[in-house]
Amino acid sequence: MNPVDLGGLFLHFLILWFLAIGGPSTIFPDIHRYVVDVHHLLTNAEFAEIYTLAQVAPGPNAMYVTMIGWHLAGWLGVAATTIPLLIPATTLTLLVGHLNERYPNAPIGYAIRRGLTPITIGLVFASSTILMRTVNHDWRGYLITLLTVAVVLRKSLNPLWLFAGGALAGILGLV
Amino acid sequence: MQQAESQGPKIGVLAIFLTFSHVTLSSFGSPLFWARRALVERQHWLTEREFVDLLALGQLLPGPNVLNVTVMFGYRFAGWTGAAAAVAGFLGWPCLVVVGMGILYQHYGTLPQVQQALTGMSSVAAGLLLATVIKLSMVLPRHWRPWLFGALAFVGVGIMRWPLLWVMGALAPWAVVAAWKEQQQ
Repeated sequence: MNPVDLGGLFLHFLILWFLAIGGPSTIFPDIHRYVVDVHHLLTNAEFAEIYTLAQVAPGPNAMYVTMIGWHLAGWLGVAATTIPLLIPATTLTLLVGHLNERYPNAPIGYAIRRGLTPITIGLVFASSTILMRTVNHDWRGYLITLLTVAVVLRKSLNPLWLFAGGALAGILGLV
Repeated sequence: MQQAESQGPKIGVLAIFLTFSHVTLSSFGSPLFWARRALVERQHWLTEREFVDLLALGQLLPGPNVLNVTVMFGYRFAGWTGAAAAVAGFLGWPCLVVVGMGILYQHYGTLPQVQQALTGMSSVAAGLLLATVIKLSMVLPRHWRPWLFGALAFVGVGIMRWPLLWVMGALAPWAVVAAWKEQQQ
């Protein structure tokens, strides 16, 4: 594997986290594009597996970026992918939180939220379709994905049960 | 600043660190459920309304929503050190767990049974994300404009695979202006 350009990785992730309005799922497509398609740092399958493992770990779902960093370059990689996640939250968030307590009813806040919500939803939808195409090799994979959707929309079940079901289906050779 | 501090009692930095450690280590899936339970129901540090307000702001700001709530909460109740303690509790442990998993993955990730289990789990992960976005899209108004912006964002990033920066730069200003005008009417 080529040595990883950690500075470039850091900068790209930093820009992305400032764009991540609506949460980490909105930047998933671009992280995939950068890491897999443009720089070939991970294969499609590795990317999907790391993402999945991090979803099973406790804590925010965004921690898959930390695991990507670890996989690419150990602790330095962890720093390169995880520190950018902290920077918007420690600069912008403190600033806006501060302003919000001064001016709680500013209309611009509502306009931004109402305007960006549909874009956020479109981006998360893009993430889910990219992830589906990345992980599912044939109709059986898609079937498990669709079954998951059906269960989640009808029941409030701890997702760990679903992951356990998926793992079992995999080990039994059903996917 | 004074306004911020007068809103609630001071809470010890250690208590903040321990509470957010507990939140993050309990949260499989979304930490949101556990954060609300700890801050509103168990510790009574925030009212339901205050929590929702913080969350709305956290969603508006870039980055993980609950991380933004974590930072604002820590800062409000214990200033800079409070924010730092909250973030350390909230992200520190998951960071270590994920690195531990990364080590295991590097050693055992290529075993056939691990591969098979991961394949099945990945299909589930895709389903969870799809279900989340279906639930989210229920809040969109029945009007063509939000759906058009959503569709353009999807096509630009999901189908054309253009860089997010271009797509956001092209769409976000128009979307905000449109929402602003609608509000003025």
